Amino acid sequence: MPQNVFEPWNDPAAKPLIRFQNVTKRFGDFTAVDDLSIDIYEREFFALLGPSGCGKTTMMRMLAGFETPTSGTIWLDGQDISPIPPNKRSVNMMFQSYALFPHLTVYDNIAFGLKRSNMPKDQIDARVKEMLRLVQIERFGSRKPEQISGGQRQRVALARALAKAPKLLLLDEPLSALDKKLRQDTQFELMDIQEKTGTTFVVVTHDQEEAMTVASRVAVMDQGKLKQVDTPGQIYEAPNSIYVADFIGEVNIIEGNATAQGNTVSIVWAEGQPDIIGTPSKPISNGKVSFAIRPEKIAITADKPADRHNAVQGRVLDIAYLGNVSTYHVELPGGMIIKAQAANSRRRDSRPFTWDDEVWLSWTDTAGIVLDR
Amino acid sequence: MNLRRFTLISVPYFWLLCLFLVPFLIVLKISLSDVALSIPPYTPTLELSEGWAGVRDFLSQLDFENFRFLATDDLYWKSYLSSVQIALISTTICLLIGFPIAYGMANAPQEWQPTLMLLVILPFWTSFLIRVYSLIGILSQEGMLNQFLMWIGIINEPLTILNTNIAVYIGIVYTYLPFMILPIYATLIKLDGSLLEAAEDLGCSRTEAFWRITIPLSKAGIIAGCFLVFIPALGEFVIPSLLGGSDTLMIGKVLYEEFFANRDWPVAGAVAVILLLILIIPIVLYQRNEQKMMEADK
Repeated sequence: MPQNVFEPWNDPAAKPLIRFQNVTKRFGDFTAVDDLSIDIYEREFFALLGPSGCGKTTMMRMLAGFETPTSGTIWLDGQDISPIPPNKRSVNMMFQSYALFPHLTVYDNIAFGLKRSNMPKDQIDARVKEMLRLVQIERFGSRKPEQISGGQRQRVALARALAKAPKLLLLDEPLSALDKKLRQDTQFELMDIQEKTGTTFVVVTHDQEEAMTVASRVAVMDQGKLKQVDTPGQIYEAPNSIYVADFIGEVNIIEGNATAQGNTVSIVWAEGQPDIIGTPSKPISNGKVSFAIRPEKIAITADKPADRHNAVQGRVLDIAYLGNVSTYHVELPGGMIIKAQAANSRRRDSRPFTWDDEVWLSWTDTAGIVLDR
Repeated sequence: MNLRRFTLISVPYFWLLCLFLVPFLIVLKISLSDVALSIPPYTPTLELSEGWAGVRDFLSQLDFENFRFLATDDLYWKSYLSSVQIALISTTICLLIGFPIAYGMANAPQEWQPTLMLLVILPFWTSFLIRVYSLIGILSQEGMLNQFLMWIGIINEPLTILNTNIAVYIGIVYTYLPFMILPIYATLIKLDGSLLEAAEDLGCSRTEAFWRITIPLSKAGIIAGCFLVFIPALGEFVIPSLLGGSDTLMIGKVLYEEFFANRDWPVAGAVAVILLLILIIPIVLYQRNEQKMMEADK
């Protein structure tokens, strides 16, 4: 029985809810968004991920209507939204600072948008109560924003933005003000609420973990351009560039010269070291390549593994103990440092390796990513 | 610990006692005395050398005659009323001019703001008296304003502005405008711009967002500014006597005349006590507002 997977981006018949068509936004000499095109589908949880200044916030502000594109068109539900002011768009935003109105109670904050519409009074009351229930803050309706905690404020902001049942909800760094533990819990809650309401969410974040957890698709941005738009799994396991590989998680990058050998390539990368055998996802031409491999895909052993072709010897330089895993920084004879990660499935005092130990690092032929340079 | 606290709190209270309460009690005592041709120009004076009998004798001579006199002569209550009216109208004009200026300052580019701030407080660098005198030069029949208006052809004959209530309004508004601008500016500058964006995002037009967000959130500054203008304007004496006409009734002027022209200290004292009672009402209201603001900041 085929599983019904939510992948509208792979369905050529699906109509996007939002379409950026060659959108450029300049502020003076600075190009914040550079000739960018992207489709976002209904019910998606879409994450715009990138370092600060990459243009992700500008994209969000253009969707909300606070900025207009210098050139290009943004379509929402088949309609060009450039001439529509923010107060007339069926788009709501949850601000990074939450922007709760300090002079209004939690209840009135949530009701604020509804009162601006022509919804009858009793329906407003029902809707606000429904929202309070959705984000589990029924008890705090009569409080002022200053009288509740940061986590509760975040919920009020979410409820307020969702109250008008927008076609599209924008979330600007929604969880950045929360501490780590609360952030993780809230991530799942956010996904839950997104599923319940069926609203399309576009979230802007610089936190790759957050983007990976919540999003159905992640767009990695850099300097106003999209580097890669894909599911979190694909972004992590099959990045299309060194930038993406490096931005998401940890990675070792080894540079060398590749020669194709059937489905695999053989990479010459250092004198006196055996070639690396890698499996590129698409055929690549011979010549300079980058070989990217995640630390957790590298096994660390005391003896040379017999069944793996890719194996190098080195000396443990540093150990970063993170509790669940340890990252070993291993120096190869040429001076290169490779990071390898091992799960700490045993208690700490039985840790197999320590500083200055000679170890073997090895990985399978398909563990790494071969990237054209 | 408690002693330290007590010392800290007692300093301002001691200050208030010496510089406010004691002088006030002296004025109150004078207002209950009778006018006399002597130095000081009132009786009775307390003779401590006569002991307890002297104190009793002294107290028995105090009465509310001067307050009764204030009620009989309509000059006084008309002056109070006209002072309240002039102060209220001036405060309203200050608010109507001051709010847009403060709003413009708060929304000006960051690098401009120190300059704008400096321009607002610049008049304070010159003596208040000199500034009021120079207004005479501007507002008089041959003054710069009339010359300018005739030059651009709006009027053919000079307007009579000086020595009317209009000149008093101009003087008060000009003098106290910074006191309106600064507290409003202080609240507007703290206003988070994303609140207005959030209001727009939730369906407000720009104008609606201004009335629903900007105005309520700058209320504290507006109230502070209004009191800072209203309170000194009510007792204002220099501006009405220099710019006002003979028909400009203001209680500050009456007070001055009772004191120095009539040398009737007891009646002047009574006028001052009543003025203080009128002022106490807005002052108490103002302090309650301040307290609320402080609680909101916590």
